[in-house]
Amino acid sequence: MKRKLSIIITILMIGMLGVIVSGLTFGDPVDHPMDRYFIENSQEESGANNVVTAVLFDYRGFDTLGEAAVLFTAALGASLIFRKRRDD
Amino acid sequence: MQMSSIVKTTADVLFPFILIYGLYIILHGHLTPGGGFQGGAILASGVLLLLLAYRYSESTNIVRQVMMKTLESTGLLLFIIAALSAMVLGAGFFFNWLSPLGSIFGDSVAYGSTVANLNTGGLIPIMNIAVGIEVVGAISVILLALLSGIQEKI
Amino acid sequence: MIEEIPYLAVVLIAGIGIATILLKKNLIKMIMGLAIIEGAANLFLVTLGYREGGIAPIFTNNPGGEMVLPTVQAMTLTNIVIGFATSALLLAFAIMIYRRYGSVETKNIRRLRE
Repeated sequence: MKRKLSIIITILMIGMLGVIVSGLTFGDPVDHPMDRYFIENSQEESGANNVVTAVLFDYRGFDTLGEAAVLFTAALGASLIFRKRRDD
Repeated sequence: MQMSSIVKTTADVLFPFILIYGLYIILHGHLTPGGGFQGGAILASGVLLLLLAYRYSESTNIVRQVMMKTLESTGLLLFIIAALSAMVLGAGFFFNWLSPLGSIFGDSVAYGSTVANLNTGGLIPIMNIAVGIEVVGAISVILLALLSGIQEKI
Repeated sequence: MIEEIPYLAVVLIAGIGIATILLKKNLIKMIMGLAIIEGAANLFLVTLGYREGGIAPIFTNNPGGEMVLPTVQAMTLTNIVIGFATSALLLAFAIMIYRRYGSVETKNIRRLRE
């Protein structure tokens, strides 16, 4: 019973993904003004030749700050789970 | 389980080269593909090579968990200080005030397709270095913790 | 049809991951399914930003051209790091469950059995 339900859910999710993907064409992305702005202005505004790094550390700096905090918290959690215990 | 001396010698020989390559990826993050996260992961893979080649009790003499926790905290603190340093000058959080200043990492970049100059980028290389320090510390802490969880079985 | 092969690969890989999570009974295999779904998400993001004949979004000395979209690549980097963190925490929990119950099969774990 549960196995049948799992298979039905799997097929349903694959179908939903297929419906989403079927409207997209490869090699012709949506021309958003944000990306064009980044490519045209990132070199003079941030001083970095690598546009991805400029986006990561300058335009979306808060994103990187949260990312670093998540990594820090994961390391903290893993080292707390395997801490040395007295009793066992 | 004891690895053979071939594995240990190979790990010893390869470790400095992996270190140099990771540092190159971190330092050139604003010019070539790469950056703090990728270079930190490469450095942590060098640490993982040492951990796999030696026993757990031997390798914890080389790579201590306290040292890696210190690296992790130092990196995150350096990142936040670099972001906060713009607020001292009255600009916004994360403002890139070092970029056209002419001092360290402060050359103004030539626009368009140019030869890459390492001395550009302002705060971005400093943040790359900070994130690299943080990532190598965090991944090493996670690896050491997971290894210490299964150490009695091997 | 033949041009949309990357999107078909995304659907295929994500389907394999979802089926692995829902149908397998082993905790380690379920974590592997989650990692497969992360790979599908990364492939989807990079595929969304690809432009026909575009170059990498880096200004070099080479003759330039039209660049692929940079924002999705930055988000892919974020996704990789977050995926690493969640995988590490889930594996740590799996090791703790193995210590407590002596098995990672969900049918042997009293609390996780249906």
